[in-house]
Amino acid sequence: MLRFLLLFSRQGKLRLQKWFTPVTEREKKKVIREMTLMVLARPPCSCNFLHWRDLKIVYKRYASLYFCCGLEDQDNELLTLEVLHRYVELLDKYFGNVCELDIIFNFEKAYFILDEFLMGGEILETSKTAVGIAMEEAETLQETMEEYMSKPTY
Amino acid sequence: MPAPIRLRELIRTIRTARTQAEEREMIQKECAAIRSSFREEDNTYRCRNVAKLLYMHMLGYPAHFGQLECLKLIASQKFTDKRIGYLGAMLLLDERQDVHLLMTNCIKNDLNHSTQYVQGLALCTLGCMGSSEMCRDLAGEVEKLLKTSNSYLRKKAALCAVHVIRKVPELMEMFLPATKNLLSEKNHGVLHTSVVLLTEMCERSPDMLLHFRKVWILVPQLVRILKNLIMSGYSPEHDVSGISDPFLQVRILRLLRILGRSDDDSSEAMNDILAQVATNTETSKNVGNAILYETVLTIMDIKSESGLRVLAINILGRFLLNNDKNIRYVALTSLLKTVQTDHNAVQRHRSTIVDCLKDLDVSIKRRAMELSFALVNGNNIRGMMKELLYFLDSCDPEFKADCASGVFLAAEKYAPSKRWHIDTIMRVLTTAGSYVRDDSVPNLIQLITNSVEMHAYTVQRLYKALLDDISQQPLVQVSSWCIGEYGDLLVSGQCEEEEPIQVTEDEVLDVLEGLLVSNLSTPVTRGYSLTAIMKLSTRFSSVNRIKKVVSIYGSSIDVELQQRAVEYNALFKKYDHMRPALLERMPIMEKTASNGPTEIVQTNGETEPSVPDTKHPPLVTQPANQANDLLDLLGGNDVVPVIQTTLPTKPASAGGELLDLLGDLSLSTIPPMTAYSKNGLKIEFTFERANPNPNIAVITIHATNTTEADMTEFVFQAAVPKTFQLQLLSPSSNIVPALNQGSVTQVIRVLNPQKQQLRMRVKLTYTHKGSPVQDLAEVNNFPPQSWQ
Repeated sequence: MLRFLLLFSRQGKLRLQKWFTPVTEREKKKVIREMTLMVLARPPCSCNFLHWRDLKIVYKRYASLYFCCGLEDQDNELLTLEVLHRYVELLDKYFGNVCELDIIFNFEKAYFILDEFLMGGEILETSKTAVGIAMEEAETLQETMEEYMSKPTY
Repeated sequence: MPAPIRLRELIRTIRTARTQAEEREMIQKECAAIRSSFREEDNTYRCRNVAKLLYMHMLGYPAHFGQLECLKLIASQKFTDKRIGYLGAMLLLDERQDVHLLMTNCIKNDLNHSTQYVQGLALCTLGCMGSSEMCRDLAGEVEKLLKTSNSYLRKKAALCAVHVIRKVPELMEMFLPATKNLLSEKNHGVLHTSVVLLTEMCERSPDMLLHFRKVWILVPQLVRILKNLIMSGYSPEHDVSGISDPFLQVRILRLLRILGRSDDDSSEAMNDILAQVATNTETSKNVGNAILYETVLTIMDIKSESGLRVLAINILGRFLLNNDKNIRYVALTSLLKTVQTDHNAVQRHRSTIVDCLKDLDVSIKRRAMELSFALVNGNNIRGMMKELLYFLDSCDPEFKADCASGVFLAAEKYAPSKRWHIDTIMRVLTTAGSYVRDDSVPNLIQLITNSVEMHAYTVQRLYKALLDDISQQPLVQVSSWCIGEYGDLLVSGQCEEEEPIQVTEDEVLDVLEGLLVSNLSTPVTRGYSLTAIMKLSTRFSSVNRIKKVVSIYGSSIDVELQQRAVEYNALFKKYDHMRPALLERMPIMEKTASNGPTEIVQTNGETEPSVPDTKHPPLVTQPANQANDLLDLLGGNDVVPVIQTTLPTKPASAGGELLDLLGDLSLSTIPPMTAYSKNGLKIEFTFERANPNPNIAVITIHATNTTEADMTEFVFQAAVPKTFQLQLLSPSSNIVPALNQGSVTQVIRVLNPQKQQLRMRVKLTYTHKGSPVQDLAEVNNFPPQSWQ
């Protein structure tokens, strides 16, 4: 299973963090700092895999964003590259030519998409279209401003 | 009150901040506004405020005051609220907080909601961060949803079940009936998550595994699904570069691996499909190689026939030649895993592997190095060592320590001749001398003593090396020791292996004295060279010179050196009759146990080279409470929390005994002290200097009890200021017997690189006459010698 998935910019600013095991705030900050340092220090043409503590780290850069995740020993690194790629494709489909700014201003949507694709560190859905359909349908459930104001909360 | 600003507006505003201080100011202002809005129990804007809080949390600012608000959002009827509420819960809450349990009821209700997307939110949250208690409470609901015909919910329930099983393994059985029909689904999402669920069950329970193999006869079912995937036509929604649903294929291959492991029948049943995948998968893109990689791992792990295994190794061999670095890396990793079981097959690819040592990529170089060491054997030792020594010369510093250790180990196992062995050691010491591990020095010394016929040659070569370069400490230490031991052979020119050099006693003493005064020598090295000079007093004739040197160092500032010199002086003056016996030639040392296994050693010996280093438990598992209590004591930021490790005691190395032999003459110069004495409990500290690192003080605590009742559950904790590092080893017991009938001892190691004044705060807890006792104390009366 994936232990965590992080997205950060080339300056090391965090854009998304998903943790699949319980981790203290302090430990999270530590891991983020170490991942950022390690990955940003890699020369451009290196391989996308690293070893850190007892985990395999897989990272890939898409434009100005680094996608970085921690895997357990049994997980397939090459397939994880495909997982990262699939997530980028899903974001791209949803936002239309996605760029870092989309993820900054719509981070909650990025999380919702992720939650339709992965769960508990495992792949939930392998179909390219199913995730998009689920997002669309869920969006119709979101109340408009008017509906939101008039509907009682409890 | 005006409406709180919108999320996107806030994000835009914060991004305009030009400095960290400006950003912090904006955030604080907004947090204050959000806090008062929360206090007013505003239902309308809670969602917006929590969303903003989540953004600020991502920037690194504290957001704990929003935790309860997330719960209120989850409980709301509005979908928009729930969505943000659950997201907030996943980001801000985890099972450590009490607040977390309050979610259980909400989740239970939402699991039974009429809208599948609400049910989905609940399943997702439970499946990502549900605690064991929550899982126990809600497992029944999850199991119900696992049986629904709604594939959207079914796949989520499956992964949620996986999480429940991970948290509460005993609940596995209850999901068994529902799992039965999962594989007959057409929906790929459900299929994939089902395979994950089955995998989890198999890995956790051997009984379950047997059940799946024999009763459900899972293997043919999986083979059929895999076959359909490969043979099926183009499916746009699952296609990745011409391959249909590679994610599902890989997962099935992984489950097949577990089912086929150590079972002939299952392995045979999957033989054909594995061969098919291995030969027919398109390798031009990463995705095809990902599937091949998984196939290879499966073939190597099950009881496959030899033809299939050869096929697998050849695939890895091809991977090694691939242009793509990732694939080369993965090939090296896999070969490392299989090198024990299929050694000969991997040997065939040795030259390619050795070529990878020259790769530019750091990760690949490391893997190639580990694999190369695994492949060294009696037949290829000369050739391999040449390559590895060349690698040692030119590699990055981060590799040198491991490579040097690996070379020493390989040389020890397979050296074709003693001369070759000594030459190899020399080569490593001279090229990577400063990176060699500390424990190599005693090992090498022991090795040299054992090669009796090579003593003259060894000391000559080491002497020549010293003339060239005295900066590499391990080399200098080994050389000093040898010169001290075999100096007589050196000056008498007895070397047979090569042209003996002409060197006088004075020249040798010049070199050794040079080490004593040089800035490059560490205190440990100085110790070695002083002892060597002393030993030469029984081997050389210029005793007066040696006496003079020894007496000068009797007033050295370095306490260790001073002590040695004073004792050697005493040897000259009062115990001269004992001197020849004490300093005579060392007997051959028995090898007591192998020292400090490195990762490389484990690879050679074990079948699972990827076993993590068990000597250092990860810090994350440390109970936070213990450390935090002490942090509060010394004012938070100032203190390093104690890491209480239970290190297995290292077997004494041969070199350690050596140092102890001469060390018996010396007494501990640091006086013991009473650190604590109250209510009948007395704690004494005794000190030792840890060799070879003089920055580490080793303190042994002795706790005794003068009262008439035992002190049970005795726990000793300590904290030190930030510039120190502390390590607490296991105590001898937890009971301090009454009336001084015994004591509890425990070892503390304090690293004090800045040589600052040592101070410590201790916390004692124990049970006495039925009631718990707790006390804190400061220990400031450390003798100066313990930290100087």
